[in-house]
Amino acid sequence: MSAVTAARDSAIKRNWRHLVHVLGGNPLTLAAFSLLILLVLVAVLGPSLVPFSPFASNAAEALKPPSTTHWFGTDSVGRDVFSRVIVATRLDLLISVSAVALSFLGGCLIGSIAGFYGGWFDRISGRLIDTIMAFPLFVLAMGIVAALGNNVANVVYATAIVNLPFYARLARTEVMIRREAGFVMAARLSGNSGPRILATQVFPNILPPMMVQISLNLGWAILNAAGLSFIGLGVRPPAAEWGIMVAEGANNIVSGEWWLAIFPGLALMLAVFTFNLLGDGLRDLVDPQRRT
Amino acid sequence: MSGPRSKLLLVGQRILHAVPALVGIVIITFLLTRALPGDPAAYFAGPTADAESIAQIRHNLGLDRSLPVQFVVYVRDLLHGDLGQSISTGQSVGHELMARLPASLELTLVALIVAIAIAVPLGILAATRPDSWVDHLCRFVVTLGVSLPTFFTGLALVYIFYYQLGWSPAPMGRLDILYASPAAITGFFTIDALLAGDFEIFKASVAQLVLPAVTLALFTLAPIARMTRASMLQVLASDFIRTARAAGLSRRKVLFTYAFGNAVLPVITTLGMVFSFVLGANVLVEKVFSWPGIGSFAVDALVSSDYAAVQGFVLTMAILFVALNLLVDVIYTLVDPRLSVPA
Repeated sequence: MSAVTAARDSAIKRNWRHLVHVLGGNPLTLAAFSLLILLVLVAVLGPSLVPFSPFASNAAEALKPPSTTHWFGTDSVGRDVFSRVIVATRLDLLISVSAVALSFLGGCLIGSIAGFYGGWFDRISGRLIDTIMAFPLFVLAMGIVAALGNNVANVVYATAIVNLPFYARLARTEVMIRREAGFVMAARLSGNSGPRILATQVFPNILPPMMVQISLNLGWAILNAAGLSFIGLGVRPPAAEWGIMVAEGANNIVSGEWWLAIFPGLALMLAVFTFNLLGDGLRDLVDPQRRT
Repeated sequence: MSGPRSKLLLVGQRILHAVPALVGIVIITFLLTRALPGDPAAYFAGPTADAESIAQIRHNLGLDRSLPVQFVVYVRDLLHGDLGQSISTGQSVGHELMARLPASLELTLVALIVAIAIAVPLGILAATRPDSWVDHLCRFVVTLGVSLPTFFTGLALVYIFYYQLGWSPAPMGRLDILYASPAAITGFFTIDALLAGDFEIFKASVAQLVLPAVTLALFTLAPIARMTRASMLQVLASDFIRTARAAGLSRRKVLFTYAFGNAVLPVITTLGMVFSFVLGANVLVEKVFSWPGIGSFAVDALVSSDYAAVQGFVLTMAILFVALNLLVDVIYTLVDPRLSVPA
């Protein structure tokens, strides 16, 4: 038992050293990693950091440009845009992370079973996934939210459904190429059942490529969810969320009050950019060729 | 088997391959219409209706029949082009969508052409000069393109080019209110204006089109540029390019005839995914620029809970997507030199 613990300890240490090595070798990944930590901190601590309540309106201070008191200016009812942008981080990350987590779980389950057993399950799930992919994904998400009902939970489900094919296809391929591998044969010969081999031998091995997929996909999931709330789906006013804030500020753009839409848009862009950079960096981390 | 005939056969096969996708789309759209929250009949009857009129409407809508029967009725209506009534406009959904489709198509196609016209040369230049400023520019544009929300880019462009510089007209639809729309022949304002010989309207409609098309193109060109660059790099490193260079062929001949001809095939296959993004982003861009296409129609329908209109829109977009993919498949079949050689 202690040998196992020691082995695990050294594995963690090795991974940690590798992480430090990768982050040190690629300044962009280091920057993305720092940004991620910043985003998570803002999401967790956001509401207690902001100088103003994100909902407190103040008619006397309406539509003021950025100043030292209101860093990002104020909106049409005098709410502080900076506070709203900060507080919105939690909701935006929560929607996209839970959507991606659902796609990951569903995709892994469907893809692994299809790849490991093949047969009728593979054919039916493959056909279903092809059908989802036959729709423009954002449009399908709109249709799903319209059908299930216009609320935040359904935006999460819709985003999860349209992202599911990517995970299912990847999991299926990754499981399939390992199905006949030597270590699987060995596990089978020692009397393990199919589901047990899939769960304990094959599945841990497909996790690295799935992780890369997650971080590449998170950026798109945030864009997708923010796009849905931009067109009035899911999040309702007066909630603070980047997509809906850009939508609320859109009418003020033509009259020159740029700060209403631009700041939440920049925050959104920063989050997407962080996840895209991190996805590229994570690919280096799990790529066995680089791991020497 | 002769070359042209086998190509024709392959094209026919591609068209047959689209049929299961269409069937799947119709089934999913049907399920979406029947998954409405609560009782659609009560919804359509309005808040003041009594039990009797709700039952009447349920019967009229066919909702008291079994699901398979409802599906058959749904498919029969679809074949007649009947997508139901839009509650917000009172017109048939099919009619509403057809009236707005040209606006969306004009925007999407112009954006695609702009994106391809910028992305393909950019990708080629980046691949021929790795680690040069063009390569860095290409990488920068690609990263920016996938990180920027289209609705944000659109608003930023409006602020700069309409509010600050005053170069572009107000982001209010396809044509300034001062002009009458040209006689509808193709439904594309730019082409119709040219056909009518009215250059003033042509200029006005192009002016309205520039910003939304650029917004959509910025988002679209990223995957095309990345794929062109990767595919060109791979081809340029291959043996036959080395041979062609060693044989003393001109740089232009090697690059365009031999390298690009082979590199273009993977680019064509990625167009399918690009279409999916474009059609989705199209909705957001139409909303930002008040573009009177099917996207902004669907957004208005969503806000007023006009379900028939939304489902009709989803179906139309999916069919458009399948049609675009089919077109790409057919082009691929006709372009690919390997397919003309009988196996």
